[in-house]
Amino acid sequence: MMGIDPVTLIVALIGASTPILLAAIGELVVEKSGVLNLGVEGMMIVGAVSGFIIAINTGSPWLGFAAGAVGGAGLSLIFALLTQYLLSNQVATGLALTLFGLGLSSLMGEAYTGINPPLTPDLFPQALRDIPVAGPILFGHDLVIYLSVLLVAGVWYALRHTRMGLILRAVGESHDAAHALGYKVIRIRICAILFGGACAGLGGAYLSLVRVPSWTEGMTAGAGWIALAIVVFASWKPWRALIGAYLFGGIAALQLRLQAAEINIPVMFLDMSPYLVTIIVLVIISSDRGRAALNAPAALGKVFHASG
Amino acid sequence: MFRLEKRPMPSRVWILATPVIAVILTMIAGGIMFAILGQDPVEAIRIIFLDPLFDERFASFSRPQLLVKAGPLILIAIGLALGFRAGIWNIGAEGQYIIGAICGAAFGLAFYPSENPLIFPGMVLAGLFGGWAWAMIPAVLRTRFRTNEILVSLLLVYVAEAILASAATGFLRNPDGRGFPGSRNLSQHPGTDNLELIAGTGMHWGVVAAFIAVIFSYVLLNRHLMGYQIKLAGQAPRAAKFAGVNPTRLIVLCLGVSGALAGMAGLFEVAGPAGQISIDFNVGYGFTAIIVAFLGRLHPVGILLAGLLMALTYIGGELAQLMLGIPASAIQAFQGMLLFFLLALDVLSNYRVRIGREVAA
Amino acid sequence: MTAPLLEIAGLTKAYPGVVANDAVSFAIRPGEVHALLGENGAGKSTLVKMIYGLVRPDAGSMTLEGRAFTPAEPRAARAAGVAMVFQHFSLFEALNVAENVALGMEDPPRPRDLAQQIREVSETYGLPLDPDRLVGDLSAGERQRVEIIRCLLQDPKLLIMDEPTSVLTPQEVEILFHTLRKLSAEGTAILYISHKLEEIRALCDAATILRLGKVVAECTPREVSAAHMAELMVGKSLAAPARAATPPGAVLLKVTGLSLEPATPFGTPLRHIGMELRAGEILGIGGVAGNGQDELLAALSGEARTSPGAIALAGAQIGALGPNERRRLGLLCAPEERLGHAAAPDMSLTENALLTARLRQGLDRHGFLNWNGAQAYAEQVIAKFDVRTPGAHVAARALSGGNLQKFVIGREIMQAPRVLVVNQPTWGVDASAAADIRQALLDLAQNGAAVICISQDLDELLEISDRFCALNEGRLSAPRPARGLSMEEIGLMLGGAHDMHEADGEMPHVPA
Repeated sequence: MMGIDPVTLIVALIGASTPILLAAIGELVVEKSGVLNLGVEGMMIVGAVSGFIIAINTGSPWLGFAAGAVGGAGLSLIFALLTQYLLSNQVATGLALTLFGLGLSSLMGEAYTGINPPLTPDLFPQALRDIPVAGPILFGHDLVIYLSVLLVAGVWYALRHTRMGLILRAVGESHDAAHALGYKVIRIRICAILFGGACAGLGGAYLSLVRVPSWTEGMTAGAGWIALAIVVFASWKPWRALIGAYLFGGIAALQLRLQAAEINIPVMFLDMSPYLVTIIVLVIISSDRGRAALNAPAALGKVFHASG
Repeated sequence: MFRLEKRPMPSRVWILATPVIAVILTMIAGGIMFAILGQDPVEAIRIIFLDPLFDERFASFSRPQLLVKAGPLILIAIGLALGFRAGIWNIGAEGQYIIGAICGAAFGLAFYPSENPLIFPGMVLAGLFGGWAWAMIPAVLRTRFRTNEILVSLLLVYVAEAILASAATGFLRNPDGRGFPGSRNLSQHPGTDNLELIAGTGMHWGVVAAFIAVIFSYVLLNRHLMGYQIKLAGQAPRAAKFAGVNPTRLIVLCLGVSGALAGMAGLFEVAGPAGQISIDFNVGYGFTAIIVAFLGRLHPVGILLAGLLMALTYIGGELAQLMLGIPASAIQAFQGMLLFFLLALDVLSNYRVRIGREVAA
Repeated sequence: MTAPLLEIAGLTKAYPGVVANDAVSFAIRPGEVHALLGENGAGKSTLVKMIYGLVRPDAGSMTLEGRAFTPAEPRAARAAGVAMVFQHFSLFEALNVAENVALGMEDPPRPRDLAQQIREVSETYGLPLDPDRLVGDLSAGERQRVEIIRCLLQDPKLLIMDEPTSVLTPQEVEILFHTLRKLSAEGTAILYISHKLEEIRALCDAATILRLGKVVAECTPREVSAAHMAELMVGKSLAAPARAATPPGAVLLKVTGLSLEPATPFGTPLRHIGMELRAGEILGIGGVAGNGQDELLAALSGEARTSPGAIALAGAQIGALGPNERRRLGLLCAPEERLGHAAAPDMSLTENALLTARLRQGLDRHGFLNWNGAQAYAEQVIAKFDVRTPGAHVAARALSGGNLQKFVIGREIMQAPRVLVVNQPTWGVDASAAADIRQALLDLAQNGAAVICISQDLDELLEISDRFCALNEGRLSAPRPARGLSMEEIGLMLGGAHDMHEADGEMPHVPA
């Protein structure tokens, strides 16, 4: 493992994790409200392409990020209408969202391959970033990375300490009881779905505007699915989602560096390592029966229809 | 305001009508999409849905393609539908398809240049086994550790793609290929080829297998205890347990069958239409088959029709690309849209729409 | 006489195919305990949902304290001073008591203050409760306390209680009544919904009786007999089930040292359950909801496996066998939850007949199903047990609760079981269907089968069982002859009042 500098690795892993972290924290909120949206991959890639298009045309990465969030939320609105008003199966609708999002995004991005997006500036001045070790790790990022961590903190605080969070958890726990108490189950869930879509879209935009940075078809390459796995890994706890995402980002960053360093491991294994590790982590989490089950929203994936 | 009222019984009429209406609505929405892309919507829809079958310039080429493309879709969708009915979500058929193709091809290439007539059946079995084994990973993880099979089966697609890349550029690469990626051509070598059985129809062994799968699945679901148990487990898991259905067995069975069928489909493709293991021989049949399964209402006969329709959109899409320059990805979006409309209309088979004010929701 | 608190005039609500409430009118004064009496399906639930703002009436008016009262949603009803304790609790298992209480309040105080208030109110009314405990870990009686305290914290003018005693032991009922009387003395009006006549006579000042959505009578419960109210409620007098005394036969089912860990996070573990069941007898197993009834049924049906020797049927060890192997040997079951457990809601009655009857009725050959045979069997059950349905092709969910229950019980009985285990056989079933089902169970026992009836309806158990035992926190008491058991004794067998130690001094009925 010589030749791999731990500081640059940490900086790289934070960057690599951020798209997945954003998508995961959004999906966590969605699932806490009792809805399983498997369309994260589709929302991410639509966010990636919408963000990219707007950033190219306006020259502003910030408008691009905003457009990514709007694009993701827009796609999730389809899911929201189908599952909440037309009572469609959430698994099937989420899959449809992914398939549609992949097609739609390649269609939208047709004319945008091979272009470089405007640069996203770092937040802190060079002087701070030059501090050894702590400088690059703490101050060497752009706004979205700090925003993603703030978002985790915000979601944690909201779920744990606010009435809004309490109501959201209650709806995810038992929509019938929440309905009986007079809460607007459908409205609350739609808000959660839109929030999840916006987060996934923002994550996608981060991928196309900062991580790669360019647009290619199918560029999310399973990031949305990994985000879904991270929600399970996190047992629906925001800070654990952060750990999960950074763990995954660490593996992704490390395997890229190992490939670059031409270490004697077949590329095939390095390529598949992020997915294999995700599967292994999923297995470890799910084999632990009691604890994880307690935190899972009891109404997850169930259709709600107020019978009067 | 609209409101929904649960029907005491699912409506048969709507169950049959919704796929048809969904197709019509998709044509309309697709037309709008093509109009936005600057095309004449009516012409685009005609080129996609009618010309491949009826335009004499294309029909002779397109008509056989219908079966060539529908074969794998139907074969995979039949397997997936069994699981979907039981509430077991194998969405990684694409991975099983790839691994099946690699195993089958590897078997055939191991005997190269032999032309023994037993090689092809052996390849089919190897493909079947490869797909089955790949699907057994989520099955075992689900039954042993309760790991979500949706995520595992999907993530394994990416793992399979990594193996495919390595197969095409490494262990299965054509030694006489001057270093180009890709295996020896299986379809041009007697003994490993999966050729058209009746000239001009597109019928190859994979299509035959698909028809057999449709019949088997029909009998299984309508006449056999296993089919009854699959439906019961999907509709009312607790009742299924009460009826003595063993959930572990069902998971292993459904994932195993769908994996085996997907693996076989992969082999038929790689030994026939695709011809060789290459880095991107897979074109997403494993995912499109999910749409086929739903569009066919998870019913064998429905899947047969849906597979043909979806094959038509593929061929029509290629034609539209050729004639109008409509991007290939438009067809993918088009297929996704179809699934949306279908899911949206599904509500009509189980609920009645009433107009008027009701419950303060 | 004081002015009425709530006055209801001509409330009407129709659903497709049924008029749930037809011009219902009555009035409640402040501090009055008013009973709303009626059978399942008489329209009680719809009526209270309208008062609580969950359902809007088609016609009619409500007046609260002289002002028009048209709550558009529960929030509005709560703001006007109406609180409700639900029959199927509106609680969230994975949240703690304080969070559950906060969810039912408009402007909950800060968490710490709320916990303090919960403690105060629970002490004042003798309903001890720890605000930090998860609701999923509480007993049914404690859960009801959460609901009641949630209501009391809002100082309601009107408290609606929907079938509150169905989840309580007789001792807990006494405590509840004590609380309700105290509230009533403080001026809170209580709308008390029940079909238990003796309770209403003990507690209520006035009663409105509903039948098929209409008010059929109003009375002062203390002044009329329970039998008279029953007749008003049902519309006819029902014959009590009859049976001739038969001497018990040989031991058919023997359970020894049966212990089982729960399958769900909030399930109840079974602990060293033992019992003997003889041919020709009915063993009644009473208990409050959530004390292991579902788990016991699962252990007996084979859905949950135990050690082989824990359960023996006619001498053969069957603890490790699955449901179908037990069916083949003659042990049949009918679980409590009709839709989704005993029957698949979206499947036809023919398909549902196949669900349990395949083996004993020979409805398949080498795995190939005999649909004609299944349909014929379903039709036999429909005919024999008077199941009201257009035919065997109808989906199970289209049947009323009583009819589906008759089908489910009939499906098992017509397979001639040696041992039949039923859980809550008449839950949510109208009185005449309930009487039919009880009679069918008695007839089955009379013909030499052994029956275990798990139920929360103590009257039902006393009516049909030969022997009675109680299931309490996963433990089964020793059986006692059912004849001559008093409610007081049964209550003690059921565990008395759960977790009431702090209130012992205050409650004369609670044993030390």
